[in-house]
Amino acid sequence: DQVLHIVPETFQQVQHLQQLCSTLLLDLWKPQLSEDIWAGEDLHIRVPAPLVQEVKDSLDQHMISYKVLIPDVQKLVDQSMPRERSSHRQVPEGYVYTQYHPMEAIYQWMTQIQKNNSELVTQHYLGKTIENRTMYYLQISQPSDKTKKIIWMDCGIHAREWISPAFCQWFVKEILQNYKSDPKISRFLQNLDLYILPVLNIDGYIYSWEKDRLWRKNRSPHMNGTCYGTDLNRNFNSSWGSIGVSYNCSSEIFCGSGPESEPETRAVAQLIERKKSDILCYLTIHSYGQYILTPYGSTTKPPSNSEELMHVAKQAAAALMGKYGTSYEVGSTSLILYSNSGSSRDWAHTIGIPFSYTFELRDKGTHGFVLPPDQIQPTCEETM
Amino acid sequence: DIDGVGQKYHLELVLEDLLDKDSTVNCTAEVLYHLGNNIPPDVQFTIEGELKNAEEADNIFYNRIKSLEKELVAENIPDSHGNVSPEMEPVHLLAWVASGYVIWQNSTENTKFQLAQIKHVKQVKRSDEYLEFDYTILLHEMVSQEIIPWQMTVLWHPQHGVQVTQ
Repeated sequence: DQVLHIVPETFQQVQHLQQLCSTLLLDLWKPQLSEDIWAGEDLHIRVPAPLVQEVKDSLDQHMISYKVLIPDVQKLVDQSMPRERSSHRQVPEGYVYTQYHPMEAIYQWMTQIQKNNSELVTQHYLGKTIENRTMYYLQISQPSDKTKKIIWMDCGIHAREWISPAFCQWFVKEILQNYKSDPKISRFLQNLDLYILPVLNIDGYIYSWEKDRLWRKNRSPHMNGTCYGTDLNRNFNSSWGSIGVSYNCSSEIFCGSGPESEPETRAVAQLIERKKSDILCYLTIHSYGQYILTPYGSTTKPPSNSEELMHVAKQAAAALMGKYGTSYEVGSTSLILYSNSGSSRDWAHTIGIPFSYTFELRDKGTHGFVLPPDQIQPTCEETM
Repeated sequence: DIDGVGQKYHLELVLEDLLDKDSTVNCTAEVLYHLGNNIPPDVQFTIEGELKNAEEADNIFYNRIKSLEKELVAENIPDSHGNVSPEMEPVHLLAWVASGYVIWQNSTENTKFQLAQIKHVKQVKRSDEYLEFDYTILLHEMVSQEIIPWQMTVLWHPQHGVQVTQ
């Protein structure tokens, strides 16, 4: 389909154009109505592909000059919109993992994933957000008679870090697509269960899609609804409120009215607390910066298993670099980034989970939070 | 540490061409943060070798804007998904350069700024040969995690470079 731009010069030309439009039922973009076509005024008509030649011939015959405003309407439509078609089908084979998806789509994706992989995947209720949305996590567990250790991974604790939920979805897809064929993954699943929370801060994520792309916190109201949001990663019970926070709701690092004041925090904390003796590793995915961060943020005093933590993290960073050459810095938050308290990673470690890491995914600031979709695949592949 | 004056840092760094990742240039710099954080840091630098010549691309962009019938106006670059249209890429790069100046003028030892997004840009018609753009940009500050909107007016000419007034 093409859109033509015509400026009729005479009344005869106007008449001819009006006739053409009504006979061929052409789509008038400007003006809306045929009777508003005037000499000397812009006319934009969309011509369906099969009629393009006929219309141009007719214009030439009548000495009406035209310009092609849009040479391919479909192409423009495809470029300007995410692939609605695939996400409507809700079949993971049709799900586009190299695009960012709104929360509605992610909810549907979780349901589909469980449906299509029911031998391995179960969807579990975790809790409710402050705006009363349901939080779910996916459990990927190979049936076995032995109790397995757990690896927990949550994404999207900060709303604007879109690459994070994208990674969680990618991760699930990779595991499920390859567990039969990839010996590493199948061995993994023989000994470990995976608990994946694709979006922790659901309300915030939705808000970043609908209202403010750079929103970070959750959406809990404070001061009679004049101020919103607690930084969920300052809200956990690990030296809560001591350093690297603000007590002011208007700040992006507002730690809330108390440790675990937020329902999202409590939902996560309660589950992890319950299962802590089986949880081997706690991972929380953020962006941006390209870091693998170890505890602690609230003190530079190293954790008890600091050597082991660093060793594993360094190996991870090396493996990551092996894929596309992306370099990640490894170290404790308080030493290589900034001080903060109340982080989920610190809390997980203090309650006894030995391996606790924050991943800050791509990039280093060139795009920051607004990482283009063509980087989803390489980011996820290397992090995998 | 320089008593009574501030903190001086000696840096060795590598500059990488954003548009040609294989093109790198070595650089040494000295940064002096003054006591009190009210004055922008002093920066001295030397570059080993030469920066790539962008004259052709600059002139293409310059002529394109000069020949526009209506002043350029745009919003949200990149968009929510991180996309920048090819026509807007130079506008984006110009903002990048100009925001570098703004960031320099406002940095202390305890800040880490990045340009997060161009919220709005409007070209201002000029009678002289310069191009003028009014930008509203969003800066992300890493330590406080704050998003700070900033207004800047940018003057540019291919041969005369960039000038920023806040």
